[in-house]
Amino acid sequence: MHELSISQNIIEIIKENVTENELSKVNKVIIEIGEVSGILPDSLIFCFDIMKLDTPFSSAKMEIKNIPFVVLCNKCKTETKNTTGIRICEKCGNTDTEIISGTEMKITEIELN
Amino acid sequence: MSVITIERKILEKNYEIANENRKFFKSKKLKVINILSSPGSGKTSILEKLIEELKGKIKIAVIEGDVQTDFDAQRIEKCKVPVVQIVTNGGCHLDAGLVRDALKNLNLDGIDLLIIENVGNLVCPAGYDLGEDFKIVIHSTTEGDDKPLKYPKMFINSQILIINKIDLLEYVNCNIEELKKNALAINPKLRIFETSCFTGQGMSQLCEWLIQLVINN
Repeated sequence: MHELSISQNIIEIIKENVTENELSKVNKVIIEIGEVSGILPDSLIFCFDIMKLDTPFSSAKMEIKNIPFVVLCNKCKTETKNTTGIRICEKCGNTDTEIISGTEMKITEIELN
Repeated sequence: MSVITIERKILEKNYEIANENRKFFKSKKLKVINILSSPGSGKTSILEKLIEELKGKIKIAVIEGDVQTDFDAQRIEKCKVPVVQIVTNGGCHLDAGLVRDALKNLNLDGIDLLIIENVGNLVCPAGYDLGEDFKIVIHSTTEGDDKPLKYPKMFINSQILIINKIDLLEYVNCNIEELKKNALAINPKLRIFETSCFTGQGMSQLCEWLIQLVINN
C-alpha cells in the first residue's frame, strides 16, 4: 500500500534531477528494489503509471531491477542468498551475519529521449 | 538519448527529516521509541500499562498514529500524559514529516521518553525512519508463530520484540519456541520480552529496560 507514497518520492527525485524543459523527454526510470524491501514491484509500477499522468513525463516507463537478499557470514565468510530474509549462514549455520544487499530501494538511472 | 546516472535512496527525503527529528530529540534529552505491530496486537494496551507502572519514575509523552479516529489518544489522555493524535486519513504508516508536524503540538518540557505508536500494519511502517532510538515490534500469540517469516522487514528493522498476550498461549495455535526461533532467524540480535496486559506478566522487565534506557541517556 505504501507503493503510492514511494512512487510520489520517485517522481519528486526525477523532478529534482532533470531540468524543467527536459522533463518531457524522460522516457525511462530505473529502480533497484531489494527482495525483502517490502515493496511489490508490480504495485509500484501500477502506482507510478497513474501518478506520472500528472507530470510532463506521462509516457515514461519504470524498469525495476530486483536485488537479491544476501548475507555474509562473520565466521566463515560465506555469502548466503535467499528470498526469505533469513540470516542463517547456509554453510556453517551461524546466525552472526551481515546483510549485504536485498533491503534497498534506490533510483539509479533516468533516461531521456 | 542521454542517461542521468544517479544513486539516490527513494526514501532519502524521509531520512533527512528523520535526522532533523533525531537532532531535536537529542537537544531535548529525549529517548524515543517507535512501536509497531499489526492491528489488535496490544500496542495501546501495553502503553497504558507502561504509563501506569512508570508513573513517578519516568515522564512519558505519546504520539498516536491511526488511519482514522482519535480513540487511542483518548485512551492515553485518561492516563494523564501529554498525547497528540496523528490521523493519516488512509495513509498506512507514519513518516518523519508527520512526526515533525505532530511535535509542534506536544509540550515535551521535562519529558524523558517519547513513545510513538505507529499505524497498525506489519508491512509499511517498517521502512520509515522517524528519528527514533528503537523500533519495537509487538507480536501477539493470537497471530500464530510464522509472522516473522511472512513479514521479515519488520523484524529485520526492529531491535526489540515483545511477545504479547502470553496468557493466551495455551488457547491459541502458537508455538512460542517456534515463534522465537523464526524471529531470531530473521534478526539474531532481537531482544525479546514476553508480556500480558491482562495478568501483568513481563511488564516489570519491560519497565526496567525502559528505566535503564532513560537513566543511561
